[in-house]
Amino acid sequence: MGGRAPSRADAGRAIEAVWRIESARVVGGLARIVHDVGWAEDLAQDALLAALEQWPQSGIPDNPGAWLMATAKHRAIDQLRRRQMAERRHDELGRRQERERSTSEVDLAAAADDEIGDDMLSLLFATCHPMLSAQARAALTLRLFGGLTTPEIARAFLVSEATVAQRVVRAKRTLAEARVPLEVPTGTELAPRLASVLEVIYLIFNEGYSATAGEDWMRPALCEDALRVGRILAQLLPAEPEVHGLVALMEIQASRSRARVGPNGEPVLLLEQDRSRWDRVLIGRGLQALARAEQLGMLGPYALQAAIAACHARAVTADQTDWGRIVALYDALAQISPSPVVELNRAVAVSMAYGPEAALELVDALVDENALGDYHLLPSVRADLLARLGRVDEARAELARAVALTQNESERRLLSQRAAEL
Amino acid sequence: MRFMMIMIPAVSEEDWPSDPAEMAELPEFTAMGKYNDELNKAGVLLALDGLQPSSKGARVAFAGGKPSVTDGPFTEAKEVIGGYWLIQARSKEEAVEWASRCPANDGDVIEVRQVFEMSDFDGAA
Repeated sequence: MGGRAPSRADAGRAIEAVWRIESARVVGGLARIVHDVGWAEDLAQDALLAALEQWPQSGIPDNPGAWLMATAKHRAIDQLRRRQMAERRHDELGRRQERERSTSEVDLAAAADDEIGDDMLSLLFATCHPMLSAQARAALTLRLFGGLTTPEIARAFLVSEATVAQRVVRAKRTLAEARVPLEVPTGTELAPRLASVLEVIYLIFNEGYSATAGEDWMRPALCEDALRVGRILAQLLPAEPEVHGLVALMEIQASRSRARVGPNGEPVLLLEQDRSRWDRVLIGRGLQALARAEQLGMLGPYALQAAIAACHARAVTADQTDWGRIVALYDALAQISPSPVVELNRAVAVSMAYGPEAALELVDALVDENALGDYHLLPSVRADLLARLGRVDEARAELARAVALTQNESERRLLSQRAAEL
Repeated sequence: MRFMMIMIPAVSEEDWPSDPAEMAELPEFTAMGKYNDELNKAGVLLALDGLQPSSKGARVAFAGGKPSVTDGPFTEAKEVIGGYWLIQARSKEEAVEWASRCPANDGDVIEVRQVFEMSDFDGAA
């Protein structure tokens, strides 16, 4: 046997693992050659099929990525040639022949790092294109860039495999019909396109973060997938502060995942969490990423949220939290990314830094504006402030209101418990 | 999921150059640096550390309810750990694939072990 032999029945899973590692690079590289994400994926999948057929006998090659790329490229050149002959357009012919010559001469193992990086970036910007729906972007990104299988994505998002398959197919068709160029956006284009990418990554993260204990493990695993994509992006676009900001936010949020759920599966509030369960490796990574964002200039919304999360992460116990700093950060966040939820969170920070009276004024203003409608956390926060001011009956009424507004069973239990404890 | 990849080198570190500058000159060092970079670029590296030679270390052994200390080097020990990586992976196969790509020397062994999640310890309600 020439290559490394995967253990018997695990051959399929071993090759799947290789695919997860190599997919972004392979699909990205192919997309540059054939100028179409869907076509690139088909070629890559064909190469994967070939691997699944051959590697159990021949063993996993020393450079599996290069094997997949070479196999897919030969097929690509073949198909391009056949298209050439079908189209018979002179200028097309000339251009394609040139392209073919250069691709057949390229030794993939020696391909420049920044070329591979560019290919991966172009792919990510395509799978996250704003013309696609958020769900489509998430599915396409996890498939082509993340190397997840359709069943894995379906399990993670609690939808059927057929739904995911459809989303992916339609997304690829939309991109093809719109002739979306496969390139890294530049100039004024970059900011909005990057915002779209970050939005998708954070959506995937939140889907995983919202998973409750006891659910399919592939759901919370989405947090790791999002972190992986985010970290890769941070390497590919190191000069973009909001990329580091988002990674920092995700690392720090993920650091709390082992402390967020109590022994009976009930959610544990941040201030009540056992901080010895906070993952210090992830906190360290998050603080590093935040420092990188801060070095690059003015903090954007993700970086500000990360900075707030960092304040909590740095506090060894809840009462060591630097609430004054958190208020200042919320002030900044309210300036650049205002929303009623930000105002509410800011009010909570104000209550911790300056007392419940000041905070109650802010919360009452939110109630008057009625911007938060049926958001159960509004009466919940108001209840907490009233209780701290000794206005117990009013607090109880607010908690009842909060219970009525939430469908979540464990939330209801928590709120009712608080009411009983008053 | 997380995995620890534990490097158990064939060569005892007494044979390594003790000077970090000298160590950095070794071709293995640059190859390893490149490997660590690959792990980082793939977004899966969480932490890594190289351990100083066992000659600088100590072992605390427990017998009869009491600890006893032996200073290094541990010449009788068959497997002295050289370092570790902590990575995230979706499966043991993926962790094994990464370990397989390490530019290790003949005789080196990398042990791959999954890390317990704290939630693994929580009893059922």
